[in-house]
Amino acid sequence: MMPYYKFDYFSFDFSLVVAFIIGIAFGFALERGGFGNARILAAQFYFYNMRVLKVMFTAIVTAMIGLFYFSWFGWLDLSLVYVSDTYLIPQILGGLILGIGFVIGGYCPGTSIVSASTGRYDGMVYLAGMFFGVFVFGEMFPLIENFYNSSHLGKVTLPKFLGLSHGMVVFLVVLMALGAFALAEWGEKVMTKKLQGDKQ
Amino acid sequence: MTTLTGIFSKKETIVEEKTFQPKPYSNPYLVGLGLGLVLLAAFVIMGRGLGASGAASTIVAVTVSKVAPEHAAKNNFYKEYFSDGTTSPLKDWLVFEVIGVAVGGFLSGTLAHRTKRTIEKGPNISSKMRLIYAFVGGAIMGFGAKLARGCTSGQALTGGALLSLGSWAFMFAVFAGGYLTAYFLRRQWL
Repeated sequence: MMPYYKFDYFSFDFSLVVAFIIGIAFGFALERGGFGNARILAAQFYFYNMRVLKVMFTAIVTAMIGLFYFSWFGWLDLSLVYVSDTYLIPQILGGLILGIGFVIGGYCPGTSIVSASTGRYDGMVYLAGMFFGVFVFGEMFPLIENFYNSSHLGKVTLPKFLGLSHGMVVFLVVLMALGAFALAEWGEKVMTKKLQGDKQ
Repeated sequence: MTTLTGIFSKKETIVEEKTFQPKPYSNPYLVGLGLGLVLLAAFVIMGRGLGASGAASTIVAVTVSKVAPEHAAKNNFYKEYFSDGTTSPLKDWLVFEVIGVAVGGFLSGTLAHRTKRTIEKGPNISSKMRLIYAFVGGAIMGFGAKLARGCTSGQALTGGALLSLGSWAFMFAVFAGGYLTAYFLRRQWL
């Protein structure tokens, strides 16, 4: 029965080996996608290369469908897969700040690791900046602790929030992703033409 | 031509000089499928998703507690990352995963001849300015990721696939923050 670790198929120490192997696959995929390169990541925000959106939504849809069917077949106890609690307002504000940092720095935490390990100095400096940002957050924590713990809604999933079945939400997310892919392909064509026109 | 020499390499010695042009990045939908399967593997094997910024928190918390133990003990943020004292807090799932990410990225980049000491930047910005932006952006993102309780990996990817409300709100906020700022930073990238 899955998830295997929750059913004691292996020890904590072995889980660290699993972490390392899964990390290798994660890093490999990120690099293959071009995510060790800040120019490709930043291009997402200028619409001329939408790889970030395409890779992210394909990954989300793949894992989401896998979870849905494994749970439906009875192979997986979905309630044992850890879902973090929703703290709506801090998460929205944190997301906005993160998006701003993304465009300024050119990476997000995971991709900066790949960037640094493939020799990019901007990725290494970004990593140093990230450690500094986490440290500033830690030092400021007593001041923002109340806000950090505000609008706590508990473990809320979209099916529960929208009052729809799990399968229905999966279907809607797939539709949304397909729509986003079509828009991305169209946007790339338009923007590439425009950028070429600007340079001439 | 390189594939042909690969097939015949048993009979012949290397005839031509190999060129090491960086290979183009892979098809994004295929990469997405691969990344989704990695995420799914984490879910079904471990019962948890992927992450990145959490490892940074552990390292910062451990460093602060080494330098100023009393100061760190008073802080609820740092305290969350201390273990019960029997094992090192660095013996953490995300820390090992992130080491793997560095190794995996290096492997992939090196196999495709993309590993290179360089600075990724737009044509209209100096290297020095780009590095300053990288540090500032990293710091802003480190702060934001802690406020949101995760980054693109832990919230957007993992929480997205688990259909968590907070993660989806976070994801749209990231894109909103990015698109709202992009115009002002176009000189850095375009």
